[in-house]
Amino acid sequence: MASIHARKFVSADPDKCVGCCVCEYACSYEKEKTFNPVKSRIRVVRLDSLIDMSITCRLCENAPCVTACPRDALTQSEETGVIMVDEDKCNGCGWCIEACDYGAIMLHPDRKVVFVCDLCDGNPKCVEWCPEEALDFVTADVLAQKARISAVKKLFQEAIRPGTT
Amino acid sequence: MFGYAGRILRVDLLTGKTKVSPLSVEYAKKYIGGIGLGMRLLIDNTKPGIDPLSPENPLILTTGPFSGTMAPTGGNGHAFVAKSPLTNGVGEAKSHGFFGAELKRAGYDAVIFENKAEKPVYVWIDDDNVQLMDAKHLWGKSPKETEDAIREDLGDYYIRVASIGLAGEKLARVAAIINDTTRAAGRTGMGAVMGSKNLKAIAVRGTKDVSVAKPEEFMEFVKMMHERMKGPATVKYRTLGTPLNVLVHNSLGALPTRNFTNATFEGAEKVSGEYLNEHFVVKINGCSSCAMRCEHIAVVPEGPYKGTTTRVEYEPLWAFGPHCGVDRMDAILKAMDLCNYYGLDSLSTGNIVGFAMDCYEHGILTKEDTDGLELEFGNAEAMVELVHKIGKREGIGDILAEGVKRAAEKIGKGAEKYANHIKGLEMTGYDIRGLKTAAIGYAVSFRGADHNRHGAYGLDLKGTVDRFKVEKGRAKLVIDLENLYTIIDSLIICKFSRGTYYEGFKDLAKYYTLVTGIEMTPEELELTGERINNLGRLYNIREGFTRKDDHLPPKVMSTPIPDDTVSKGSYITQEELDLMLDDYYAARGWTKEGVPTLDKLKELGLEDLTYIVESKIQTKKRTK
Repeated sequence: MASIHARKFVSADPDKCVGCCVCEYACSYEKEKTFNPVKSRIRVVRLDSLIDMSITCRLCENAPCVTACPRDALTQSEETGVIMVDEDKCNGCGWCIEACDYGAIMLHPDRKVVFVCDLCDGNPKCVEWCPEEALDFVTADVLAQKARISAVKKLFQEAIRPGTT
Repeated sequence: MFGYAGRILRVDLLTGKTKVSPLSVEYAKKYIGGIGLGMRLLIDNTKPGIDPLSPENPLILTTGPFSGTMAPTGGNGHAFVAKSPLTNGVGEAKSHGFFGAELKRAGYDAVIFENKAEKPVYVWIDDDNVQLMDAKHLWGKSPKETEDAIREDLGDYYIRVASIGLAGEKLARVAAIINDTTRAAGRTGMGAVMGSKNLKAIAVRGTKDVSVAKPEEFMEFVKMMHERMKGPATVKYRTLGTPLNVLVHNSLGALPTRNFTNATFEGAEKVSGEYLNEHFVVKINGCSSCAMRCEHIAVVPEGPYKGTTTRVEYEPLWAFGPHCGVDRMDAILKAMDLCNYYGLDSLSTGNIVGFAMDCYEHGILTKEDTDGLELEFGNAEAMVELVHKIGKREGIGDILAEGVKRAAEKIGKGAEKYANHIKGLEMTGYDIRGLKTAAIGYAVSFRGADHNRHGAYGLDLKGTVDRFKVEKGRAKLVIDLENLYTIIDSLIICKFSRGTYYEGFKDLAKYYTLVTGIEMTPEELELTGERINNLGRLYNIREGFTRKDDHLPPKVMSTPIPDDTVSKGSYITQEELDLMLDDYYAARGWTKEGVPTLDKLKELGLEDLTYIVESKIQTKKRTK
């Protein structure tokens, strides 16, 4: 049951994301009881005023961060796919940071160990707070379904009568 | 302290020395932050009568108590305050984006930049580590290029930058300070003050926590604000944006056209918010911690200005559009983009182009003066070229970069009849000839021509009052708004969110206490709004302002609206202006000359500033 396809993660729709960083604030408040983007597990990127997107852990299969860790400080939950950090083992060397293609695992500014999205026990606060509903808590399968539907919609935009979508 | 960082940083640009001093709870509560705290620090740190472009004029950068928190729209603001090189009175400009939040996280409520660097520098604020950096390689660059270069140099892509462009370097009095690529502290020439200090940019990286006094209640309040911000009070900003105003103002005969020659524009449809959004807007962005998002980014898809990408708001759209008689959106967007490129206040710059066109139409400026530019109203290409000239201070642009008031004095030949400004600051996009409640607010605004010090146009446009009438009692309505607007600019929450504080001062006072832990009643907060308004007035009085400086632009008082529209024939006479001022000063508890009385200062807890008014009031008694 706990196959890779059933794992839900937080995904941002760049068409909806406005780069407001509410997710960063919600995350740092939820996890650290303060407002500080450098303590957020989700981070926003804006490019050339035209592209906004927040990024957090994608729960990769055979997660490169786990593989990269020389101290076996990282493990991945079989069930949820969440990356778990053993803070006693982690020495903040940063191999995992280098291995992550998304910049989703980061060094904590105070604790000097790495930290990463833990999905707030299945109820991600960033998704709850996003004022644009740009964040989804979804499985890869559902993401693909949505992408297919919107691609077909775009292709047949003119054929679809108003009110039928 | 909560909300506040509790620290004020001084940077001596001459020696590079820095000093951190505490922000007192007394100052925090009395002046809040933003423009309130900034204006108080300006009074405390300057002698009267200084030249705004001299090293004696400090550039004061403030955040608000909400900056860096999750407060929607309030989490991201900052303000610049200094003596204005346009008005010689108090200058202040706010901006949003991401810069203010970063500065708060670096641990500062205010930064005072003193003196002048010997050579171009930028200030690098890396939490507690503050240093002057060589800016030779940045000199001449646009704010966007400067931001990119600093991030590259320092190797940190989350650094936030506020910087000036060529216009600020060359001390154009209409120069702005631009942050986060598209946001501007535009008005009153703060960019020129920065340029006069050889200060190219302020780069900030803040990694400290910002915590609030009552986190759980605060988060509940924020949740409520998020819901309100999805509601009717913000629909305009989330959909068409402020350019919605074009057709509304046009239909009401309140759209200043061709430098206040007309009040309706035949090309309004082509420069409307509707047309803009359908053909040019590709993306809407939000500032840090905002729950509304309003920043409409437009791209020109074809033609000579193809690829131009810029943020759009009503005021610059009006200034380069109807105000210049230009109905080509591509050229208007190009002109706005150039303002960001050179670091110009787009509102003042559009005014200047319209002023130059009016002078050209009346033979005061000729083709020889303009290096061959045919500056007829409506000439879109010439408008774009003129913005280049102003930005570079080339040819006629050198004079025009001084703002319409000084440009008219230099041009002579009666040009001042076409220079629409108040106290030296260029007009904004409301035809106050037929908005006579708003006109009061414009005349008395401490920073010069401004709709944003009072928002009283709302009363006129919505029909709350008869907008063509001047009558006693109107001033009170304006004052209530002014007091609110000053608090908005001191907390530095976004004006676009003003409709979401359903209970006005009550909501805002609660918000303030949840963040700071400092008890504040709605009445105290309203009194604080009054205090800060008086503070702006006191600064101007200290610099020699009198009742005469509460004037209106020449065309507003000389040219009745000629168009066949509801506002036809409307304008403002000297008698009407006198009535407005008498009503306003009385309602403020000021003398007939517009000077706050000793009793008023005592009531506001500004006794230490009585030295400013004593001589004015005593002089008056003696002459009696």
